[in-house]
Amino acid sequence: MFDIGPDISVKGFAGKIDSPNPFWLASAPPTNTGEMIMRAFDAGWGGAVWKTIGEPVTNVSSRYSATDWNGQRIMGFNNIELISDRPVEVNLREMAEVKRRYPKHAVIASLMVASNREAWHDIVVRAEDAGADGLELNFGCPHGMSERGMGSAVGQVPEYAQMITEWVKEKACTPVLVKLTPNITDIRAVARAAKRGGADGLSAINTINSITGIDLDTFVPRPNVDGKSSHGGYCGPAVKPIALNMVQQILADPESALPLSGIGGIGTWRDAVEFMLLGCGTVQVCTAVMHYGYRIVEDMAEGLENWMRDKGFRTIEDFRGLSVVKVTEWKHLNLNYKIVARIDEQKCIGCDLCYIACWDGAHQCIHLDRVTGPVDGHVELHRTPAEEDAESRARLAVTPVTRKERAAVFGQGPYPTPLARIPRVDETECVGCNLCSCVCPVESCIAMVRVDKDVASETWEERVGQGTREQGN
Amino acid sequence: MSTAAIPDDEQLRARFGELKPALTRQAAVIEADRCLNCFDAPCTGACPTHIDVPGFIKRIATGNLRGSALKILDANILGASCARVCPVDVLCEGACVMVRQNRKPIQIALLQRHAMDAFWAAGETPPAKALGSETLSVACIGAGPASLACAAELCRQGARATIIEKRELPGGLNTYGVAEYKLRAADSVREVEMIRNLGVGFRCGVDVRSMAALEALEKEFDLIFLGVGLGAMQRLGIPGEDRDGVMNALELIAAYKTGHLKELHGTVVVVGAGNTAIDAANAARRLGAETVYMLYRRSEGDISAFDFEYEHAKQEGVQFLWRRQPLAIRGAAHGRLLLDTVQVQEVAGKLLPLPDSQYAMECDLVVPAIGQSPLANLLQTLRGVEVKEGRIVADPMTGRTANPKYFAAGDCVNGGREVVDAVAGGKRAALAMLKTTEVINV
Repeated sequence: MFDIGPDISVKGFAGKIDSPNPFWLASAPPTNTGEMIMRAFDAGWGGAVWKTIGEPVTNVSSRYSATDWNGQRIMGFNNIELISDRPVEVNLREMAEVKRRYPKHAVIASLMVASNREAWHDIVVRAEDAGADGLELNFGCPHGMSERGMGSAVGQVPEYAQMITEWVKEKACTPVLVKLTPNITDIRAVARAAKRGGADGLSAINTINSITGIDLDTFVPRPNVDGKSSHGGYCGPAVKPIALNMVQQILADPESALPLSGIGGIGTWRDAVEFMLLGCGTVQVCTAVMHYGYRIVEDMAEGLENWMRDKGFRTIEDFRGLSVVKVTEWKHLNLNYKIVARIDEQKCIGCDLCYIACWDGAHQCIHLDRVTGPVDGHVELHRTPAEEDAESRARLAVTPVTRKERAAVFGQGPYPTPLARIPRVDETECVGCNLCSCVCPVESCIAMVRVDKDVASETWEERVGQGTREQGN
Repeated sequence: MSTAAIPDDEQLRARFGELKPALTRQAAVIEADRCLNCFDAPCTGACPTHIDVPGFIKRIATGNLRGSALKILDANILGASCARVCPVDVLCEGACVMVRQNRKPIQIALLQRHAMDAFWAAGETPPAKALGSETLSVACIGAGPASLACAAELCRQGARATIIEKRELPGGLNTYGVAEYKLRAADSVREVEMIRNLGVGFRCGVDVRSMAALEALEKEFDLIFLGVGLGAMQRLGIPGEDRDGVMNALELIAAYKTGHLKELHGTVVVVGAGNTAIDAANAARRLGAETVYMLYRRSEGDISAFDFEYEHAKQEGVQFLWRRQPLAIRGAAHGRLLLDTVQVQEVAGKLLPLPDSQYAMECDLVVPAIGQSPLANLLQTLRGVEVKEGRIVADPMTGRTANPKYFAAGDCVNGGREVVDAVAGGKRAALAMLKTTEVINV
């Protein structure tokens, strides 16, 4: 049988944008020139949002800084670079060249000009004349440009955002995407304004205002520009959870919802699928490419395809948005759902991180004294972490110098780990918070097991609604 | 104290280059970041001195190197030498939970060394209470790890301690008996210097093996700590043992470490298969002996050497002769030796010679390495200190002996374990002695 496999192409995004796959490069350094974008397309990227075109800027030297964590470079990334520093004509001439050579790939012109109608009309016409498949209005840049009344200075005021979107729509023939800034109390305010202004789609999120860190010798925050710094825009893996939440907020709100290109910490196909499950039709990537190069798209495309194959999805539309309805307000969650932690003794390595996390960060229901069942009625009395620690320190340890002594120390018990170091969960006290399973370094060693059999669901709204419904909403 | 007795010999350094080079700063941070930071960590539990291993490792990760070193020194004042000589495979690193996840254990020893090297580079001494803030005054006999740890703890707590050592240099086996590729004698002496800076007094070259000398010490000091270690290496008990060309393992190690033995040639036979035997055999190879045999009366599976030491010896090119026992040492032409040996087999727990299996090995040096004997003559002079099977009987938790004036720890009590065991015992004895005075003072 001929297996045609899943189709990961994008058709008619925001009305008319097609691309061979949903993986676009975000408007950023990786899309600075036509030469770069063509190399990216050769590597497998489906689309590219051109580094924002506008009146050329002068950038500072020292532009990026990163947050590393526990030996991992670039958990989060920060930049104070502005929009393109290249003349508009050069960018547009190269764009025409790219479109001529790569007609099937999506080339989106990111635009930012002074807040007057003529300037916007002019740039829209020129970008479309160069062959742009769509326009992305940069209302998000949080640094530098905002001081000049552009970027997030527009994106933080719904009225401005709507007005400029309307100006653009007066001239635009291609789809108009508005790129939203997260540096606002409620991202939906500007999403709604963009929709009212006639936008065909949205891109979210832009970078988050940030200071990544301070040099403890010079006291200058990074990046250091001649002894001073300026807040930058934060991105990279660290911002993904924030981006996912904002994407969900936008797409769950009928007044905001538009075709959405998801942005924020995407580096793998897994990240991309999460944004798509929340409704994104395409995704945009920058930091991961700045870290590893264009080549990462290979696994993104393959991984997405293989995942779709496993799940039986033929097109992106088959699964896009499936998780939107799975996010609800807290008041609609089932209060009677009950899970408890179970530790797999065969997998436990005895680090006891779950124990100390439960004692110091949760509800004191994981214990090292292997007492079964309640010891003292409902309230069990257990040794505290300090007592456990003191007992170990008081224990005499000697180097096992003979073979017999070594055999005794490293001898095998029923489990790979000595029983004394395998913690036990008091299921009657466990609140099912997940903390232990979050800290456990061993995959699927701690399972959260459902125990609320035969209890009817009840939400908070249902519980408080019993007595209040008659009195109004 | 002068380190003049420790030669800075280029040839020695070249031949005994460090087995494990130090970690660079970045390598140390990467390794430190790997540590899971276990609660009540098994590595800490396995360490006889209970160093807070995740505690000092995470301080390396954050760049708090001074805090890291102090964390180590609070538990183990000989943290620098232990980082180099501890058999970590059967201690902290052997206990690391990582191995149960098919991951390499954290390189605890190298990280500990990293912190201690930084501490040393900064020229620091760990903080101590004002000397004399405790009225207790203790004599520590022997300048090996047990006494050093005991005296250092006493001084850190404000008591006075004086170490009395019969050899020229302090440090005991750390200075004279550890393979140079693990711990350089100069580094051992340097570590002792830090302990001296805590206020510990040293009297080196003083022999107290007489009733009169001990009585004088008893008068001068409130308490006496015995960290005398073990005696000379056991004799083989075969004819010809006193010939030229017979040199026991500890003599050989001390001789090359102090520059008195620079070169070996020909064939060397080491008798025994413990860790010291392996140190001597490896040293013989590195000093130039073309052929080095280790002769052991039992089989490969019975050796007391640690597995990693055995593997190391094989890599050094040492050859092993199993179930072979020495019978006699005879002279041969050109100043060489003939070692008569016989194949043995174990029958009902006894080693019996196999008929017609005798042969003489021609060699240039025979190195007995079958363990150390107890310090019998000193121990006999100690009134009221119980001695059993050559070991001082002392409470492992406190070091108390049957004579309330005497405390003891280290090899002379445990029969011969590791540096870290001696340090732990010496420190426990110090804390027990301090408690004794509290009672007296009240």
